[in-house]
Amino acid sequence: MGLVLLVVIWLITFISAYFFIAKTWWLPTGASAAAAGIDHHFATTYLVMGIVFVAAQVSLGFFAWKYRDRASAPPARYMHGNNMLEIVWTVLTAILFIGLNLMSSSIWASERFRAAAPGATQVEVTGMQFQWYFRYPGPDGKFGATKPELIDASAGGESAIGLDTTDPASKDDVVTGTMVVPVNREVELILRAQDVIHSFFIPNMRFKQDAVPGLAIHMHFTPITIGEWEVTCAELCGLGHYKMHGMLRVVSQEEFDKWLAAREAEKQ
Amino acid sequence: MAGGTGGGKTIMATREFAAHEAHAHAAPQGFIRKWVFSLDHKVIGLQYYFLALTAVFVGMFLSLLMRIHLIWPNVHLPILGDIKPETYLTLLTMHGTIMVFFVLTTAPQGGFGNYFLPIQIGAADMAFPVLNMLSFWVTFLAFIAMLSAFFVAGGAPLHGWTGYPPLSALQSAGPGEGAGADLWVISIALFCLGALMSALNFITTTLDMRVKGMSMMRMPLTCWAWFITAILGLLAFGVLFSAGILLLLDRNAGTSFFVPLVVVNGQLAAHKGGSPLLWQHLFWFFGHPEVYIAILPAMGLCSQLVSVFSRKPIFGYKAMVYAMLSIGLLGFMVWGHHMFMSGMSPYTAFAFSIMTMAIGVPSAIKTFNWLGTMWGGRIRLASPMLFAIGFVSLFVSGGISGPFLAQPTLDIPLHDTAFVTGHFHLIMGVASIFGIFGATYYWFPKMFGRMMNESLARWHFWLTFVGTYCIFMPMHYAGMAGQPRRYSQFTELHYLEKLIPLNTFITFAAFVTIASQFFFIFNLFWSMKYGKKASDNPWEATTLEWTTATPPPHDNFGGHTPEVFHGPYEYSVPGAPRDYVMQTDPTTVAAH
Repeated sequence: MGLVLLVVIWLITFISAYFFIAKTWWLPTGASAAAAGIDHHFATTYLVMGIVFVAAQVSLGFFAWKYRDRASAPPARYMHGNNMLEIVWTVLTAILFIGLNLMSSSIWASERFRAAAPGATQVEVTGMQFQWYFRYPGPDGKFGATKPELIDASAGGESAIGLDTTDPASKDDVVTGTMVVPVNREVELILRAQDVIHSFFIPNMRFKQDAVPGLAIHMHFTPITIGEWEVTCAELCGLGHYKMHGMLRVVSQEEFDKWLAAREAEKQ
Repeated sequence: MAGGTGGGKTIMATREFAAHEAHAHAAPQGFIRKWVFSLDHKVIGLQYYFLALTAVFVGMFLSLLMRIHLIWPNVHLPILGDIKPETYLTLLTMHGTIMVFFVLTTAPQGGFGNYFLPIQIGAADMAFPVLNMLSFWVTFLAFIAMLSAFFVAGGAPLHGWTGYPPLSALQSAGPGEGAGADLWVISIALFCLGALMSALNFITTTLDMRVKGMSMMRMPLTCWAWFITAILGLLAFGVLFSAGILLLLDRNAGTSFFVPLVVVNGQLAAHKGGSPLLWQHLFWFFGHPEVYIAILPAMGLCSQLVSVFSRKPIFGYKAMVYAMLSIGLLGFMVWGHHMFMSGMSPYTAFAFSIMTMAIGVPSAIKTFNWLGTMWGGRIRLASPMLFAIGFVSLFVSGGISGPFLAQPTLDIPLHDTAFVTGHFHLIMGVASIFGIFGATYYWFPKMFGRMMNESLARWHFWLTFVGTYCIFMPMHYAGMAGQPRRYSQFTELHYLEKLIPLNTFITFAAFVTIASQFFFIFNLFWSMKYGKKASDNPWEATTLEWTTATPPPHDNFGGHTPEVFHGPYEYSVPGAPRDYVMQTDPTTVAAH
């Protein structure tokens, strides 16, 4: 029985660890400026916690076998513990855990403590059951007013977010169902939700933030790879949660300018 | 009165003994007073246990339907028919709620705690037997209310066990958010009341009802765990109760505690100015300690089993007590780690993150001490010990992913993905369940006077142990690859399609694991009637429950009051006639 335990626990440990080491399933390709740092810290945490995981499981399996009760076994040691060992172990774990935490705090700070750089592409994101809408302020750099009583989700576009077309600032606002941003330029997001909580999740950008009704949450990220990246909702928002998806297109600055100009032209 | 002085010993003056006397009550004779509205903590313990057993099968059945739907979304099931995406959300909501409240909170504390806390400290009953009965019946009512949500118009709610408003606060937000959601909130509020009464009872009993010689530091670690769990319950359930009442008011009385101005389904809702984040703070102020409410009793039990079956004193008894106390204390300072992505101030994330990493330290101490106890022992690999070893393994595996989620930076890609589902199922779900299984195999002889079948128990262990790893380890991989939680299908997003084979594997693993639970349920009921007769102390353990008859008489010690001379883990004491010294043994002087 002891030997079976050893074999099973070790097998579980090594098979689990294998898939982590082989990266059979891993974080999706990183496509934002922050991704490399996050992924690096992810790998560091993996290494450290992986060693603890394997060490603990291997000892557990080994002890279950080595100290199993059998006729030839020596009597159990009568001991109540070892304070020195407890202290060493506690201090080491504390240093390890807190240290890991401090290592990653600068990434968090740069993601969330500072505001977006001046000149960032502004996009307002609105989540509603079960759709994301994106709004650009247009040449005037100002978002027009929205009013809840003007909301008509079935009409889509501007009406879906309740844009007040009588507001002069709203004249050049562009509302789309696909998010398009230029590469290598910071994007400032203003996240809103109309009905329930949603969460704006772009796995490749290592970006996630809840959109909460009643709040306008300012966030930023910098896409560094041109391409199409899937956007999902990561907060349970109702029966269509699983199909609340969108698309982020990261394009060159020229293409972005052209795209935005075309949308403006359509509006006029 | 039952519970006499036993041979005229002159220890009547002690405070513990006075309490012991005052609360003794005569054994009831009629069926209703004996088995239904019983005041006997042992019967109430069994009632809690069988309530949890019913709940666990309901919860497991719901998870089975979920796994089927994920892989075969269009399958037509006999009787139940189709599972729609919204039904899937209902299933996950009810699965989570039933498992967390009616299984993980109910069985280890209400069940085993009720049955064995008084016996292990030498008391005749809990401090407040009537309150105890009331706690159970309120909990029972809560369970009925929860189940009835399935049968009202619109069905059960779909807002998840965390019930975030506005989704949970507005009827129009989705199917099941009408009467079903009201019943859900009412059930949770009732459950909180039951849990509060029970917590008071556990705390008072532990502090006031210990027999002579049973100092706090001589209590088995199970008692410490139940005691600390009760303190957590007292502080946490009151908050959830209040939050539940506020949510009910938002839903039915037009208040706006949690709901700001929103437009749902094209309709402007009649709310203004509320804060959805307020609910999250209140919920997780309860919700995080709740995790420890579920796992602490299993930790206490694991310590007990590892020591008994390794035939060695527990490694670092005091360190174990202090570790549990610090887990209890820190458990109230970490709730914000559920909210890193919520829109809460990012500065507070720093504090919550450091606290969360800190709570990993006492957890690591405990693991170290379990391994330390096994080291140099003479381990009897009977079924309770197998589950204790399984518990340690699962606790490590589930714990190791904690430091990922505790760091806000890494929580960005991982929050609300299957990684989280894998993490908490391993540690608070299955590890706690392994505690419940271990406790069942260990205490069954005392509760029912017979042994459970060892071969069936082993089959049950191996299939469940390997099966749960096959279910929950792959969820970590899926989560890393970005699979969000609570998705009823993986067909809408291109990048999720490649994860379907992994999910199919999980579903088949779930089939096997769920099927293997019948080894347990059959063993449980079969052994009650046909199991081998158990002696009073079949595991050769030292604590007080093994000094009394099997099953224990109404007043636990048959008119005799035990007196305690030793700590609970005196195994393999050099010079002792046997390899264990009972806590009540006055003759042998332990070397410690």
